Amino acid sequence: MSAEPNPARAEATLNGDVLGVALGGTWQITGPQPSWREVLADRRPRAVRFTLDDAGRWDSSLVRFVHEAERWCGEAGVRCETEALPEVVRRLAAQLTAAQAARAPAAHRAGFLTTVGLSAADVWRQVREFANFVGECTLSAVEAVRRPGRFRWADCLGEMQQCGAMAVPIVSLTSFLVGLTLAYTGAIILRQFGGDIWVADIVGLSMFREMGAVMTGIVVAGRTGAAFAAQLGNMKTGEEIDALETLGIPAVDFLVLPRLLALTLMMPLLAMYANCLGILGGMLIASTVLDIPASAYWVEMQTIVDLSDVSAGMIKSVTFGVLVAVAGCLRGLQCERSAAGVGRAATSAVVTGILLIIVADAIFAVLFNVLGI
Amino acid sequence: MSTSPPVPASPPAPAVPPIAVEHLECRYGGRTVLRDVTFAVGEGELFFIIGGSGCGKTTLLRHLIGLLPPARGVVRYFGEDFTAASRAARRQLLKTFGVLYQSAALWSSMTVAENVALPLEQYTNLNRRERDEIVALKLAQVGLAGFEEYFPAELSGGMRKRAGLARALALDPRIVFFDEPSAGLDPVTSRALDRLILEIRASLGTTVVIVSHELASIFALADRVIMLDREAQGTIAEGRPRELAASSPDPRVRAFLTRDGEADSTESTK
Repeated sequence: MSAEPNPARAEATLNGDVLGVALGGTWQITGPQPSWREVLADRRPRAVRFTLDDAGRWDSSLVRFVHEAERWCGEAGVRCETEALPEVVRRLAAQLTAAQAARAPAAHRAGFLTTVGLSAADVWRQVREFANFVGECTLSAVEAVRRPGRFRWADCLGEMQQCGAMAVPIVSLTSFLVGLTLAYTGAIILRQFGGDIWVADIVGLSMFREMGAVMTGIVVAGRTGAAFAAQLGNMKTGEEIDALETLGIPAVDFLVLPRLLALTLMMPLLAMYANCLGILGGMLIASTVLDIPASAYWVEMQTIVDLSDVSAGMIKSVTFGVLVAVAGCLRGLQCERSAAGVGRAATSAVVTGILLIIVADAIFAVLFNVLGI
Repeated sequence: MSTSPPVPASPPAPAVPPIAVEHLECRYGGRTVLRDVTFAVGEGELFFIIGGSGCGKTTLLRHLIGLLPPARGVVRYFGEDFTAASRAARRQLLKTFGVLYQSAALWSSMTVAENVALPLEQYTNLNRRERDEIVALKLAQVGLAGFEEYFPAELSGGMRKRAGLARALALDPRIVFFDEPSAGLDPVTSRALDRLILEIRASLGTTVVIVSHELASIFALADRVIMLDREAQGTIAEGRPRELAASSPDPRVRAFLTRDGEADSTESTK
């Protein structure tokens, strides 16, 4: 496998109007090869005649060289004589010419307008699929209420552990840091007015009404939504979901509903836990940086946070749980049957989950404002 | 791919076989699957590694192509030790063989053309246009001209296999390994793939090693076979398939090659 002692060569000699090209040596695609342009060297023969002398091994590189020469001859109107070459070389060169011709039409590639049209149709299809999926989940949930014995409780408990208990460390860290950051940011303004104590109000209200649910939702979308999509996508790739369907077991009943219920139950618990950690983070800053005693912080917070704020946060967290689970499971079931498809499904589940959380949060903001909550 | 030229100018030592396996011991998952496997494959030969399910055919193949390190023994390509080769020497030897995996193993995020072009990008100095020409030639050879821009997911099982073969042939290797080429294919597509293998061998002189238990393919293609056995943990037969089927002294070999599962089925019903 050392360097080739007999490299590929193409020696051209002009006899009258005929350019004789003597090919020889070992032609390897991974090694150096002569170029037809260099061999031709601006000469304009009326015919090119190939011979194969002193030939060692040859491969596609020789075929490509002959093809290039034939193409030049065709374009320049020059006769190309390859009869002296092995039949296999001529046949493969002809095959390459035919393949190049077959490649020309790019019907597989769509134009700009077609792409826009197809994308719009795709968005509409996705909206319909989402609506259908929500409908299927609702019917499945109704069926589970009517026949609770058939529900996959063991799977549901396992998922609750995965998406609830196992998410506690990351939720703790993010919510504590969010509470801490809110307190710092609030203190910048409130200090100017001597109202340091109101940091407790800002942190408490923000966490209960908004940040607890939203931050938990985003963490869960990245963690659990992606996991749901990857699990179901992998099952689809491995035809496990097809196997369920052929047994008459709807994938929604068997796979989606346990995950949906698990996340719907776990999200408010995680959000409430996040609220507590956020308040702790705010309290830490209040007591260490702003010199506000923890008891004063607690009492002040209770003056502003009431049950409606807690309820608003809980309603949001339940909704976000449903949305993240639906997005994760839907993307998993829509997954293409390939490894790349599973990756795309997981990414799409996270993006869809976060998008739905933000849209739903905005709707809640308007709704609560109208209802005076 | 390389042909045996009509008049070789600088012939390599004729005695050196493209593949020589000496006393190979294969382990997989902490247990020994095969012991003392020794065989050689000649230039341009169509060689089959056969045997029942679970006998270690694919494990042997994975040892031959360097995906698993042998516990003992040597694999040589054209006389050079592959198992103990340095990183640079190994890279050179890797260019001498291509592999068509059982599932075709096309990279799903890349088009068919990109799949075939990747080895050319890695190992040659060809420019984009030249690479495209080689890709077109390879795809034409396997009957997939015009499918350059398709993704693997858009192809049928047989087409994926052919695209995988085009990728395996991209660097014109002197040896091509096939892992269960007929797996998952209908008989017609399977036969078409067999014909393709014969064509490639005939036109390019490629040495072909096929792991399979498809009797139709074995009898249609094989110059020579070795048969592996799970209980024996090694080779139990070597030779031409028809001769082995007719006159092998080992009843397991005759039973396998003549599809005589009577002994097994009788045993399993007891």
